[in-house]
Formats: sequence, C-alpha cells, structure tokens
Amino acid sequence: MNSEELRNKLSGIEDKLTKIEEPIDNRIYLYCEAENSCAVNKFLFEDVPLRFVIATGIDSDACFEIIYHYSYDETGCVVNLKAFIRDHDNPKIESIAPFLPAAEWIEREMHDLLGIEFANHPDMRRLILADDWPEGVYPLRKEVKQ
Amino acid sequence: MKKTIRQPVIPVGPLHPLQEEMEYFQLTVDGETVTDIDMRISYNHRGIEKISESLQFDQVPLLVSRICGICSASHPLAYVQAVEEIASVTVPDRARYVRTIIAELERIHSHVLWVGLAGHFIGYDTVFMWAWKYREPVLDMLEEITGNRNNYGNLLIGGCREDIGDELIPKMSKDLDNIEKKMDMLIKAVTDDPVIHARLKGVGVLTKEDAVRFAVTGPTARGSGVDIDVRHDDAYAAYEELDWQVCSVPEGDVFAKAVVRLLEVLEAIKIIRQAIRKLPKGPIKTKVKEIPPGEGTGRAEAPRGETFHYVRSDGGNRPVRHKARAPSYVNVPSFKASCIGQKIADVTITLAAVDPCYSCTERVAVVDKRTDEVLYDYDMLLRLSREKTEGIRKSF
Repeated sequence: MNSEELRNKLSGIEDKLTKIEEPIDNRIYLYCEAENSCAVNKFLFEDVPLRFVIATGIDSDACFEIIYHYSYDETGCVVNLKAFIRDHDNPKIESIAPFLPAAEWIEREMHDLLGIEFANHPDMRRLILADDWPEGVYPLRKEVKQ
Repeated sequence: MKKTIRQPVIPVGPLHPLQEEMEYFQLTVDGETVTDIDMRISYNHRGIEKISESLQFDQVPLLVSRICGICSASHPLAYVQAVEEIASVTVPDRARYVRTIIAELERIHSHVLWVGLAGHFIGYDTVFMWAWKYREPVLDMLEEITGNRNNYGNLLIGGCREDIGDELIPKMSKDLDNIEKKMDMLIKAVTDDPVIHARLKGVGVLTKEDAVRFAVTGPTARGSGVDIDVRHDDAYAAYEELDWQVCSVPEGDVFAKAVVRLLEVLEAIKIIRQAIRKLPKGPIKTKVKEIPPGEGTGRAEAPRGETFHYVRSDGGNRPVRHKARAPSYVNVPSFKASCIGQKIADVTITLAAVDPCYSCTERVAVVDKRTDEVLYDYDMLLRLSREKTEGIRKSF
C-alpha cells in the first residue's frame, strides 16, 4: 500500500473525523471528538492496519487532547489521531487497551499524570506515581508548577 | 466444596538482582512453570517531560540525552528532528553524516554491552569479559569525536556541535578494521557455541502475532520476523544514501534476538565505513533563529528500537509539550507474552532479552516517610559525590 492508498483507506472513517490534515509529506493528522476516538483507533489498528507507537496527553486551555501516534512502516508515515475531551473538569474517554494491549501502560500513565479517566481499562492501577502520592494532584497539568 | 489452591508468587526486585536496576516483576508459578507475570516500573521517574517544558528549545537536547546514558545519541536525535520538522530546517549534509556515524557507534557499543550481559546472566562470564573488552575501543572512538564516552551532547537543532576532524579519519578507519576483526571472532564464538544454543534456543519465544499486538520495536520485533526499522522505513540522517540491510530473523526466541543484534553490529561497521568515505565537506550546523508555532514528530532507531519524540511549540522559546517514548516502554510489556509458560530459570534471560533500560541515572531525594524529613537532597548528594572524587584523586 503506497501513500495514496493509505490516504484513501483513511478516508473510510471520514464520517467519524472532524478534519484530516497532511501539513508535510508523510505526516498525517486526524481530528476527532472523544466519543468517536475508540472506534477510530480500532479502525486504524485493525483495519488499516497501523502500528501503535504511543499516545501524548496534553492539558490545553479549555480541554484535554490525546494524540494517538501510529506508524505506517511501509512508507514511514506517522499518523496522529487527535481526540479532544471537552469537559476539562471531569475528563473521560473510552480505553483502547481492551483491543490494543500496547496502549495499556500509556493510558495508566495519562491517568496518573493528567487525571484522565479511561472507561473499560482492564487494569487502572498507578503506573508512575508513588503509592503515597496525594489523590487528585496531577503533575503534568498546567496548573502544577515545578 | 471446591478448594482454591493458592499459587506461589516469586518476587523479583524492586532492585533486580542481576540487571541492577529498579524494576519489580511478580511471577506467579505452578511448580517450575511461570503462569502469570505482573510488572511494576517507574521507581526512577524523573519527570523529564515536565522539566522539558521549562527549558528553552536548545537546552532540551542536553536534558534528553540524560534519559539514557547508553542511548544518549538517539533521544536528542529524535528530539532535534521533531523541532527541525516544526521549523522546516534543512540540516547540512556533513551534519547528517556525522549524526549517522555517532548513532551507529552507539549501536555497536550498546549491542556488544548486551551480548556481554546476556553471557553474564546465563553464567557464561567469558563472553562477558570478551564483549566488554572489545567494546572499549568503540567508546574510545566516541570520545575522540565528541569528547565523551557517553552523553555525547553532540546534537543541536540544525546540526552538530563537534565536527569529525580530517586528521581523525585514517585512525578511525584503522580502528574500525580492528574492531571488525574482534567482532567477527566474538560473533562466531557466540553463534556457534553449543552451550549458548542449548541455553537460548526456544527460550522466551515472542510470536510474530504478539510482537504486533504489543507493538514492540527494534531487535525485539526484528527477532520475531517483524522487519521494521526506522532507519529504513522513515529514513533520516544519511541512511538513505548508504548501502545496508535490515537484519530480521523469524524465530522469536532469545537466540534470535542475539543474532539480530550481532548482525547489526556488522551492518553498523559497514555503515560507518561508507559514511566516513563519503563524508561531505561543508558546515556542520545551520543557524535556527526561532521556532514557529506548530507540532512535529521525530523518530530515531535507537539500539533497543524506535525512539519517538513529539514536540509542540506555541511560537515561544520553550516547548509547550514534549513527549518522549523510549523503546523499552513498549518492549517491556511484551513479557506478558514471552515469559508465561517458561521455566523460572529461563525467565531471567527472557527478561533481559529485550535489553530493558529503566533510566538508571536517577536524581533522587531520600525522605523519611514517618517524619517527612529530607535525609538526602540534591546539594547533599552533590557534596558527597565531590568528596568521593577528591578522595579517589588523593589516593593516586
């Protein structure tokens, strides 16, 4: 599958996305809302299929963003799926770990550091923070200073 | 009444007895066979991503080279590539070649280090002593080029800090010949040894399906027949202009991973030799004035697998978000697939087979939990360290 075919394949999930961008060659950005994220991730991992690299959680001004990074190794394309969680006070999103075990740790990490809840995650214990770290303090949020 | 049988649990860690790093594995066993494994990491988490947000763009390469002492070329390389993507910087040709040479020297010394440790873990200390002896000349080469055996600090946004002087080239070629001879001998000795065959073949198999499910990278993936390699797939630095092969074998056991690493040592020597011969003339850095708003991803093939960095800029002089993913982050969870069903004695080497790296160079504060009193802080550790160095100097 070349770059053109990859683009065509990605357009198969267009109805669940809000935007598709390709700012430079081999770097594709997809945008979606939190409620569609699980379905789009499933499509990217199982149907395209792409290799899961990692996810980045970001505390933006009014919302949380999770960027799921995937790699298409035939052409070296990085596909980034941006999912927006609009409720900043109570951030919640569906877990992708049930079908993608590689995402289990990073979801636990984002839960620890940013306080994002992942529904249906198989094992939501702490990964990064120590056991005696206070509840409700999320070190990677913008309000926490060094 | 149905009786529930409690299965015995064997704790390995938090200070691993062999790998001498902070990690914790809890093996549930049935007799000698492992039936489940639970892992706990992050005893050394240093909050590098948070620190990065408080540093300027050009200070971050020095920070990320300290994520891992061994991979101290790969992390900065992935980071500067991400920033160069945001600022649309074209790196001078000579810098691309210097980056390639340093990255490949790093690969040789890291893989040889692993072979030595693997020998040590299975009780074959001769391999350990050979490997580490022949690794030294590689570290010497790195010191000649960058000034440091590790933590080279040679990468800048837009190029490299230190050039490879013309006077170094003949010596490097000669050193490479010697290193190749020794590596050739080491590789034959390891891959032909019936004891190593008996100990590593069929042990800790990670199937191709599990390699894909756990999204493993590097020699862990290539040892299971998944032939991914960022140097080839998303070519950076000078890899596209050089002739080399992606090494991949299908078996998936510990021996396969050893074979991949050893073959990669030879490929790395081949790459460095060509890069030295083709080394273009010209500058090694280009001036980058400012980083515009935007986002970029950078990848580099570290010895352990793909290192991935994501950087976002808002047009200021610091990244607003910087995500770094080391290859062990995806390789370590694959133990859930490779260790279950193994004998306890084989788990040691299986756990070592992905060449895990747990950020060993930690910065800590020791706190008494009962009184909240800080027993050792940064200044005190620094003073103790200086006193120790002074003591060593005086003893000579």
